[in-house]
Order: sequence, then structure tokens, then C-alpha cells
Amino acid sequence: MRKKALAFLSAALLAASGLAACSSGGSGSDANTITYWASNQAPSLQKDKEILTPRLAAFTKQTGIKVNLEVIAWDHLLDRITTATTSGDGPDVVNIGNTWSASLQATGAFVDFDSATFKKVGGKEKFLATSLSSTGAAGKAPTSVPLYGLSYGLFYNKKKFADAGIANPPTSWTEFVADAKKLTNPAKGEYGVSFAGASYTENVHFAYILGQQYGSDYFDASGKATFATPQNVKGVKRYLDWLGADKISIPSSAEHGQGQDAVADFTSGKAAMIMQQTGTTASIAAGGMKESDYGVVPLPIENPLPPGGRKITSFVAGINISAFKEKNTEAALKFINYMTSPAVQVDLNKQFGSLPVVGAATSDPAFQTPTKKVFVDVLRNSSKTMPMVVNESQFETTVGAALKDLVAQQATGKIASEADVKAALTAAQQKLTSGG
Amino acid sequence: MTSLSTAAQSGGLPPADEAAPPGPEKVRRRRRPLSSRALPYLLLAPALLFELLVHVIPMLTGVAISFLKLNAFYLRHWLQAPFAGFDNYAFSVNFNSAIGAGLLRSVGVTILFSVVVVSLSWLLGIFGATLLQRSFRGRAILRTIFLVPYALPVFASVIVWKFMLSQDTGMVNHVLSSLHLSDGKTFWLLGNNAFVSTAIVAVWRLWPFALLTLMAGMQSIPTDIYEAASVDGAGMWQQFRRLTLPMLKPVDQVLILVLFLWTFNDFNVPYTLFADSPPASADLVTIHIRQSSFITWNFGLGSAMSVLMLLFLLVVTVGYLFVTSRRTHDA
Repeated sequence: MRKKALAFLSAALLAASGLAACSSGGSGSDANTITYWASNQAPSLQKDKEILTPRLAAFTKQTGIKVNLEVIAWDHLLDRITTATTSGDGPDVVNIGNTWSASLQATGAFVDFDSATFKKVGGKEKFLATSLSSTGAAGKAPTSVPLYGLSYGLFYNKKKFADAGIANPPTSWTEFVADAKKLTNPAKGEYGVSFAGASYTENVHFAYILGQQYGSDYFDASGKATFATPQNVKGVKRYLDWLGADKISIPSSAEHGQGQDAVADFTSGKAAMIMQQTGTTASIAAGGMKESDYGVVPLPIENPLPPGGRKITSFVAGINISAFKEKNTEAALKFINYMTSPAVQVDLNKQFGSLPVVGAATSDPAFQTPTKKVFVDVLRNSSKTMPMVVNESQFETTVGAALKDLVAQQATGKIASEADVKAALTAAQQKLTSGG
Repeated sequence: MTSLSTAAQSGGLPPADEAAPPGPEKVRRRRRPLSSRALPYLLLAPALLFELLVHVIPMLTGVAISFLKLNAFYLRHWLQAPFAGFDNYAFSVNFNSAIGAGLLRSVGVTILFSVVVVSLSWLLGIFGATLLQRSFRGRAILRTIFLVPYALPVFASVIVWKFMLSQDTGMVNHVLSSLHLSDGKTFWLLGNNAFVSTAIVAVWRLWPFALLTLMAGMQSIPTDIYEAASVDGAGMWQQFRRLTLPMLKPVDQVLILVLFLWTFNDFNVPYTLFADSPPASADLVTIHIRQSSFITWNFGLGSAMSVLMLLFLLVVTVGYLFVTSRRTHDA
């Protein structure tokens, strides 16, 4: 009997120790292996893997460091990073949306890029100044470095424009709405524009860009939230009207959870225009549309510009790369140095359709095409860095979700008034301030 | 009580007539060895350990977090987060603010959702179980088919529903427009339709469990009662109303409670259908609380809301058990 009892006790102890072993597992223990969470840059997660795998293999060959890759969709990336920050059981290296830099910096979970650390990844001067502007709060050591550069542009279908008798792509929102109306024919299932109204990130990008055009910020100089300004309300209303008052957007935009859904409408001919980031060129090609079939111009601007309005058509978009603290930092920094080396920058940005973030790679002919030049020009001349404040990621989630709800209301026939928009932005701000 | 007296009879204590004060030697001989006395506890230990690990400790951690101001700055070292007292609770129940009003609305939606889903699941379950009670050709196949939704992995099956319900390319709209029942442009996952769609998917997932439980319950009802009833001239409906339903009462008591708790706490169905931000009509409390934690990285507030929900469900459960057991006893 005693033997049996002992056996039970040992079994219980074994089970408990097994659990403990599970929770303490991590890649940090092996000096020659790192885990890398990549963001979704290609038309599909699988395609991301296909593009990255040969590059990672070359890195392993060069350094002997093995890289375990996981590609994570944008809808889940911030959640996953947050969870990893709390549990301490995260990857060694992770891609982040560059607008989250200051928020993630505040968690203290990432390796600081002070001058010594910067040297390990090739020095600060290797990166483009515009891209570096979105790596963390001013006056503090950044906790990420740029990886891919992006900016917004308006893609238009040349043939559809010609068929509708439109000579030039729109430069003002008034022209945009007028053109889109000409291109909309619900009976034939054709619409002027498609967008990802159920994607919180896309929603917040337009809220920010249009807010700038009307002359308002979402945070004041001291970092305090100022969501429901009359200018921001007007900006959001302009965005919602595509589906609501103007009826120029494909209705299913309200259900599109990612930019790829809008791209699919564009390549299948259901929508004549989309407003997307640089990387979309790769997705459009994957959708079977030739570069000669479409044109790219900067996003329209209100004309005349409202008082205090700014000529902003994009934010400084892009992907940064960070290393988690208390992990395999040396190997992680070697990997970041490799990913931001000129040759890898040319190769990956070419395949992902994005822009290089290191000076030495920008002169490559792949980034001198007319389309790419538009994006480079937008990034340099009409982009503004998203507010580098600690609450930035909460601004994206709260305002993005509020807009998702408003867009859905437009699709189901409840046209939002300025008062509705103001109420939604005020509620979003209350949620943000409750976060402390 | 029953288990104690059974244990006494099964040899733990001497019978009454031998209860004269035993000498020290006698006691030593009769007392079971230590290992044998410890055995029940050792057998229980693994279950207890896992219960602690899986339920109790995380729950207590959640309660502890609800008293902290745990935001982005303290995520890494959450034990160092400042003490918030009852601030998080005050925020949650301040129905004049966006957060309190949102929570109240979400609880209302969830209660309505639970009532609809549990009622429909039970009705379908009792209907199916009654049909399947009699033997007929193909009964086994029907049973298997009915149980499929319950056996399928939730994520896989609900994502198929999501595709089917999408406005532009979904099968539901395609079928309805082919049959000229609608213009095929309905948004099933937006606005008030989102409530209906979520309820349909939840019922589809849940009713097989009601069917399974009620079928088992019906099999334990002796057939001779029905024979006697039909000799007395009771028809099918009367037999169902006067025999089946009362006999199933103990089963129903547990079944309805379990269905309610599962529905109220359901996370998988709404999250798979709507991800982070469901439409207001389908803003179920589980997603709402998750959003309150992740959308603003305010885990203290999220935990306070979870504790409030736990208390709410405890009150509902105790109240329900109190009322239903009294009724069962009265019956």
C-alpha cells in the first residue's frame, strides 16, 4: 500500500514539475537559436514565409544562428506583443508597427538602442532620418529601428477612368467624390472605391491623415488626448461619407477586415480606386493586375485647404524591428544588423513592395520606378510622424474600433451626423484616459 | 451525510454493540495503517493540484489584479503596479461614463442573448430527443448527424459560418437571392442582424448538448409508466406533458444552468465572428471585458469587470438552484 501511495505522490510531483518546465521554456536558453515574429507584409502569411525563409537560411549560414520564424497577422500582432511583455515568454526579435514605438518603449520590455547598441546594428547614420523619426519618444533612446518604409497613395484603374471619361486622377476630395460617383454603378456591382472599414489600423490612419488636413492633432503638445475636436470630427465624417452620404464605396467595405480585401476588389474590377500603402504593389501583382494597368498619385487634399489645415497625405508609415530584453540579445542584434544591411534591404523591400530604410539601398533601380517615386516623394514631403506618445497604440485601438462601428452603421443605412462622430470620439477618449 | 454514514458502515468504525471502551492493544490492531488512511487524499491530490493550478490560482490572481492600476508601464513587473483600491470597480459601475454605460449595455445584451440561446437550444433538444426516443430505421445515423456541430472544433466551424454570412461573397445571401427571398445584399454580421446571426451560430453549436443530455435523461424513465398511461387513455401530448417533462426535471435543472453559464461566458463564437470589436447588438460581455483589457492595456479594469461578472453569475446560480430545488422538493 505504501508503495502505491508513493507512486501516486511521485506521479503528482512529476506532473507538477512538467508544468513548471513548460512555463520556463524559451529560446533564450540557446545561444545559437532565436525566435522571430514577423509582421504580415506579403499578400498572405504563407507568402511572407516563402519570402523570408531563404533570407533567414542565409543568415544562419553566415552566423550559425538558427531563426525560428512565425508570421503574425496585423490584427493580432499588438495583442501578442502585449501578452509576451506580460508573461516574459516572448520572441527574441519582433516586427512592430512603427507608430507603436513610443507605447512599446514605455513598457520597458525592449532593448534600448543607445549609441553602443546602435553601433552593433551598423550605426544610427545608416538609417534614413524620416524613418528614424518614428522609433520612439523624443529625448529617449529608441527601442526599435526601422525595417521597411511605407507611405499612402491613391491607386486608380486607368481603363475604368478612361471609360468614364475622366482625364486625370483626383487631387482634391471634391474631385475624388465626383469621379467616384461617375465610376459607381451598383447594378453592375461596380464602385468608385473600396476600403478596409473593419480594420482598426486602416480606420485610424485615415482619421489621422484627414484630421491633419483639417488642421487638428489627436494629442496636444503635452501628450494629452484631444480626439473630439471639430476638425477631427470633420475628417472622420469625410471618411465615413464614402459609404454613407456619398455612396461611392462598395458596401462590403464595412466588413473588410484587412487591406487585402480592398485590394481584391480593386484587382477584380469591383472598385476603381483604393487608398493603400506602398506594399500594396506586391498584392496587386499577386492579384493578376499589371503595373501598367493602374496609376498611383498622392491622396487628395481638401481644396481650398481649411483654416489651419496641413498638406498631409500620409503618416510616416513603416515597420520597425525590436529585440526583447532578457533574451538572446547578442544574436538578436546580429539578426537586426543583417535585416537592415543594404543587400537584404534591397531584396526584401523589392519583394514586399515597400521602401528601403537605409540610405545605401535607396539608389537601387528597383526603387526608381514612377510608382515607387510617388511613394518616396510622399514619405519625404507630405507625411507626418504619428504622435510619439505613450498612449499612441491605445489611440489606434480606441479610435480604430469606434470608426469600425461607425462605418458599419453607414453600411446599414444609419448615416452618421457630426454629432454622432463627436460622441463616438469622445467615448473613445474616455476609454483611453481610463487606461491611465 | 450519506457518504459519511456509508463510510461508517463499510468498516471504519465498530458496530454499536462492540462499542465498549477498547484497550490500547485493541485500538492499535484495529486502526488502519497510515498509508491506507492517506490513500483517499493521495488519490484526490492530483485533481486538487490541477484545480488549484488551472482554476483557483488564476482566479485569485485576477482578483488581486483588479485592485491594481495595471497598465502598459507595469506590464513587465505587474507586482509593482500601484494599488488602486476600489477605483477599478468604481469605474466599472459608474454608469454615467462611457465605460460603465458600455458594461451595463453589454451585460443586458448578454442576458438577452443567453435567454434566447438557452431557450432555443432546449426546445430543439427536447424536440429532437422526443423524436429519437422511438426506434426507427436510420435513428443512429440521425443521432450522429445531430451531434456533429458539437463535435467540430469551434474555431473551424464558426469561421465557416463567418464566410457563409459575409455580405458580398457569403453563401447565405447567395442562396436567399437565388430563391428570390431577399436582394442578397443583407449584412448579417453588422447592425442588429449581428445579434440574430450570433444567436443562430451559438444555438447550432449548443443544441446537440441539450439533445444528448435529454436523450440520456429520457432513457432513464421506465417504459412501463408510459404503458400504464396509455392504458389509462393518455395521448402522446399528455404523456409528454404529464410524464416526460416532470420526470426530466432534475436533468433540466442542471442542463439549463450549464447551458446558461456556457452561453453567458461564451468567448469563442463572438470572437471568431467579430474579432476585437463586435457590433453593439452583439457586444457580449466576454469580448467586452477582453476589449477593456487589451484595447487600452488596462488590465486592472478588465479584471475588476471579470470579478463583477463572477459575482453576478454566482448570485444567479445560487438563486436559480435555490428556486429550482424548492420547486423539485415541492413536486
